[in-house]
Amino acid sequence: MGELTGLTIADARDRLRNKDITARELTEAHLAAIDGANAALNAFLLTTPDKALGMAAAADARLAKGEGLPLDGIPLGVKDLFCTAGVRTTACSRILDDFHPVYESTVTQNLWDAGAVMLGKLNMDEFAMGSSNETSAFRPCVNPWRQDGSDKPLVPGGSSGGSASAVAARLAMGATASDTGGSIRQPAAFTGTVGIKPTYGRCSRWGMVAFASSLDQAGPITRTVRDAAILLGQMASHDPKDSTSSDAAVPDFEAGLGHKVKGLRIGIPEEYRVDGMSAEIEALWQQGIAWFRAAGAEIKDISLPHTKYALPAYYIVAPAEASSNLARYDGVRYGLRVNGRDITGMYEETRSQGFGAEVKRRILIGTYVLSAGYYDAYYTKAQKVRTLIRRDFDAAFRDVDAVLTPATPSPAFGVGEKSGDPLQMYLNDIFTVTVNMAGLPGIAVPAGMSATGLPLGLQIIGRPFDEETVLRAGQVIEDAAGPAPAPQAWWGPAKAAAKKSPKPGAGKGGQPARKSS
Amino acid sequence: MQVDEATVRHVARLARIKVSGQEAASLQRELTAILNWVEQLGAVDTSAVEPMTRMADIELPRRPDTVTTGEMAEAIVKNAPLTEAHFFLVPKVVE
Repeated sequence: MGELTGLTIADARDRLRNKDITARELTEAHLAAIDGANAALNAFLLTTPDKALGMAAAADARLAKGEGLPLDGIPLGVKDLFCTAGVRTTACSRILDDFHPVYESTVTQNLWDAGAVMLGKLNMDEFAMGSSNETSAFRPCVNPWRQDGSDKPLVPGGSSGGSASAVAARLAMGATASDTGGSIRQPAAFTGTVGIKPTYGRCSRWGMVAFASSLDQAGPITRTVRDAAILLGQMASHDPKDSTSSDAAVPDFEAGLGHKVKGLRIGIPEEYRVDGMSAEIEALWQQGIAWFRAAGAEIKDISLPHTKYALPAYYIVAPAEASSNLARYDGVRYGLRVNGRDITGMYEETRSQGFGAEVKRRILIGTYVLSAGYYDAYYTKAQKVRTLIRRDFDAAFRDVDAVLTPATPSPAFGVGEKSGDPLQMYLNDIFTVTVNMAGLPGIAVPAGMSATGLPLGLQIIGRPFDEETVLRAGQVIEDAAGPAPAPQAWWGPAKAAAKKSPKPGAGKGGQPARKSS
Repeated sequence: MQVDEATVRHVARLARIKVSGQEAASLQRELTAILNWVEQLGAVDTSAVEPMTRMADIELPRRPDTVTTGEMAEAIVKNAPLTEAHFFLVPKVVE
C-alpha cells in the first residue's frame, strides 16, 4: 500500500497504462491511507469512497481497452472551495452549513473528464482567508512535518492547508487548490510540496467559492514539478461561463519541461531582501542562484521598486472584493439562517453567527474602504499602486525570462503561534502577494530543509501566460535539490474513533473524515 | 488614525453583521492597526497612474442575447433554508 501512495502521478500513469496496477488498487490504497492519518492531520473534511471506487472502475474499464484518458485512475483531493455536484461544499465556513451544490466547478469537471478519481474534500481557511488553516470552521489541519525531535503541531500553511497536508502525507497524489495572495504557494513551501498559481485567467473561476475576484486563481498542489505540469494542463481551459477566463491556447506543459534552460535569464529582485530576513532563507536563495548558474542560466539583478507596497494594497483590494462577494450570504438562498426580530435582524444574526472572526474582520475592512468618502482614498489608491506593481514586472521582464525569490519568510510555524495577531499573519504572504496583484504565474518548489528539519521553498515568477518557463525553471530547482523527502509518518492508524460526522465548529478531538457518496 | 466604536458599529451595520460589545472593542483595535498599516500607500506618488481595472488586455467576450438555461426552479431553491412552492421565504417586510 505504502508503495502505491508514494508514486508520483507521472509514474502511476505509466504503471496504470502498462497494467502493472489498477485504478481500484490505487484508489483503495489512498482511502486506507486517509483512514489511517486523518484523525491526526484533519486534512480531509469528508471522503467520497463510493464515488471514488466508481470512478476508478470506469477508469479501469477504459484502461483495459487501451483507451485511457490523460489522468485515468489518478486519485485527487479537492479543496472545499470548489463546488462539487451533490457533495457538501462549505469553504470551511459555518455560513454555508450543509450546502450541496447542484453543479460542478469547471476545474474539477475538467479533472473528472480527464479520468481523475475524487477522494473527497479538503480543509482550508474559511473562505480562503488565512495563512495557517486555523480559521477553518472544521478545526485546523495539521502539517505532517514536525521539527526534529519535537511533537509540537505545526500549521500546514494556508489557505490551501488541507490540500498541501494531504499531498505531503501521501493521502492524495495531487489536489486542487486556489491562490488569492499566496494560498497555493505558501502551504506548498510549508509542506515540501510543489504549488503553482497560474496566470489570472488560465483556469476558470466558475464554481469556485469567490473570495476576491480579481485575484483568485485555481492551481494544483503536487509532489513534483512534472506532476504540477500534468495537473495544470488538465485544470486549465477557456470557459465561456467565466468571462475573465482566457482563450489563450493551453500548451502541453509537460512537454515544455524538456526545453533547454541554458541561456534562460533569471532575475533576482533586490527588494525581496526584506528587513529581518533570516540567514537561512538568504542562504537558500543564494543556493538557488548557484543552481541556476550551474544549469547554464544567466543571473541578472533586477529592481521591483513597489514590492513593499503590494501587501498593504492587497489588504485593501482583497477585503473590498470579499465584502462584495460575501454579501450573498444572507440566510435566504442557501446555507445558515438565524432568525432575528425582522429581516435586517435575520441578516445580522445569520452573518454574525455564520462568519468566523477573520472573515468578519475582512468584510468590515472592505466595507469601510468602499464606504462613502473613502473609496478614492483607499480602493482607487490601491488599484493605482497595483498598476505600478504590474509595471515593475513588465519592465523587469524586458530583461529577464523569470524571477527567483524565496517562497516564504520562514518555515512552518506552530499552531496558535500567530493566530492572535492579524498583521503578523498577513506578513506570511510578503513574497507571494505581488504575483496575484500583477496577475502573473508563480510556482513554489521545495529547495531545502531548515536547521530544524522543516521544508523550505523557492519561488519562480513568470510572464503572463508563460507557465512553461515557470515550470521549466521550477524543474531546475527540483533537479538540483531533489524532490522533498516524505515526512516521517508519526500519525498511527486510526484509533477506534467515533463514526460521527464532524459539524462545523463541533468537537475537539480527532475525528475521521465523514463519508459521503 | 483611530477607529472609534461608532465607526465600527456603522460599518458593521452597513455589512449587516451584528457585533457584540466585546467584538466591537477588539475590532476597533484591529481595524485601527490595519488601516494605519495601509496608510504607507500615501508615500507612493500615483498622480499620473490609472487604476488597474482588468488583469489582462482582453476584450470582454460577447454572446448572443438569448436564453441559454432555465426550468430549474427545483435546483435553485434546493439549498434554501425556507421555501414554499419554489419561492424563497423571508421574514415579513411589509405591514
